[in-house]
Amino acid sequence: MSRSRLFPYWFLAPALVLFLIFTVYPVVASSILSFQKFEAGAYTFNGLNNYIRLFNDEIFWTALKNTFIIFIFQVPLMLLLAIVLAGALNSQLLKLKGFFRVSFFLPAVTSLVAYSILFSIMLQEEGIINNALSYLGIAAVPWLSDGFWAKASIILAMTWRWTGYNMVIFLAALQNIPEEIYEAASLDGAGKIRQFFHITIPQLKPVILFAGTLSTIGTLQLFDEPFNLTKGGPADSTMTLGLYIYQNGFEYFQFGYASAIAYVVVVLVAILTFIQFKVAGDR
Amino acid sequence: MEAVKSVPITQEKKNRKLPQKIGMYALLGVFLVISIFPFYWMFIGSTNESGKMFSNPPTLLPGTKLVENYQNLNSAIDISRVLFNSLFVSLLYVVSALIVCSLAAYALAKLDFKGKNLIFTAFLLSMMIPYQATLIPLFQMMSSAGWLNTYFAVIAPQICYPFAIFLLRQNFLAFPTELIEAARLDGASELKIFAKVVMPAMRPSLAAASIFLFMTQWNNFLWPLVVLNDSSMHTFPVALSSLMGLSYIDYGQVMMGVSIATIPIIIFFLVLQKQFISGMLGSAVK
Repeated sequence: MSRSRLFPYWFLAPALVLFLIFTVYPVVASSILSFQKFEAGAYTFNGLNNYIRLFNDEIFWTALKNTFIIFIFQVPLMLLLAIVLAGALNSQLLKLKGFFRVSFFLPAVTSLVAYSILFSIMLQEEGIINNALSYLGIAAVPWLSDGFWAKASIILAMTWRWTGYNMVIFLAALQNIPEEIYEAASLDGAGKIRQFFHITIPQLKPVILFAGTLSTIGTLQLFDEPFNLTKGGPADSTMTLGLYIYQNGFEYFQFGYASAIAYVVVVLVAILTFIQFKVAGDR
Repeated sequence: MEAVKSVPITQEKKNRKLPQKIGMYALLGVFLVISIFPFYWMFIGSTNESGKMFSNPPTLLPGTKLVENYQNLNSAIDISRVLFNSLFVSLLYVVSALIVCSLAAYALAKLDFKGKNLIFTAFLLSMMIPYQATLIPLFQMMSSAGWLNTYFAVIAPQICYPFAIFLLRQNFLAFPTELIEAARLDGASELKIFAKVVMPAMRPSLAAASIFLFMTQWNNFLWPLVVLNDSSMHTFPVALSSLMGLSYIDYGQVMMGVSIATIPIIIFFLVLQKQFISGMLGSAVK
């Protein structure tokens, strides 16, 4: 055989070179950068000072807290809704399934910037949502000008954008559960709700884990929505880690400090993913 | 006899399921309105003047300001230029990412070599790395190379897209190995086998991957925001976002911008929904 045994590496070479330059190198470089500061035109070693500064930085803690509040409420709310909708769309009683599926998926194809701006207009004090609520006798909600409601706005907007996407993931998985399992459970006298918790949820476990992991990574990096919907306000109530990294990096040009915050996100993603795998992965 | 008896039973069964059915349609109906209404209202907004968006009772019918809003938007941002930037960057990205990722995916699926598992694991693990962890060194790299405000800077960091490699590899795995071996016996070169035997058969998967890659780039915001400060290089999302930073916001104009960013994608989606969904979800669906 004259064929070179090296040829698989030629197929991989473009991807590997780009991967080393644009992923591996920056990940290493930013970890080094997180221990440095910019002084007199050069980067110098700064020990743990960036991280110590983080501990005493109120805005950082606010951003961390906000990111977690959004994560803790948004991800379960969305996944639960997505499972319920997928269950309904999987029902044999339903017609027009394709129509519903496409309609619910539609928000997921819009750009994050466009939908954030759209929601920022709809949610204004005089906006259409408050106007519609006034017909139900509900007083105007300060969606974007109150700390609590601003977070709720982000959660609502994200749920609107992503529920259909997760629903389609669950729907595909539901279609792979053999009908016989449900029939057997029915014969044993298990009602719909017991079937849901004892068959549907366990069968969906790996897919829930997959969707949960993607959502976790997405939420911890949250940037486009607070940047375009609330600008992090009012009074930092929607400041997220992603937005704070951007501000420190590209508004204050403190690359070392911004890198330290970025590494907090790296560690959080690792921890949360590990926990999710521990909780859901064991069978 | 049996057949006659079974009729009233199924009738009764149907009746029992009626409340369940009504409940389900009601639930789905509410979600349908929530999903669709913002799009409808976005379109209404793009045809009305600013104030109409905050009127009570709400304006729910198209107005007459469509052309005016377009002209206002065009005077705030150079629409054709920005759309060209977005389209050019996205297409260039799809082509380059598709070549690089499918070559790697094919090697990982069908070829044997040392370090295969290690490389695959590295790609998989990198999917967990938050974007922000690479943002600043990447910016410094582009800045010191003098590549800020170039199309290259926008696309280069994402050409090797591990998720796309992962999806394509799943699809390549299903390709029959016998065909590859038969082509080898015929004396075809490895590159020729890839280009002439494997790739043509993978067309549907490549189409789905293209849509996913296109969407990723078309909607990309943070990275273009960082590397493009010259407004003539802006992509559409960056230009759109800059409208909201003006001291006076003309909402009719903004809604026109949001519509231009959204309506083509929606039409594209409605025409190609199957490829869209399988592209964006990939192997999760399989």
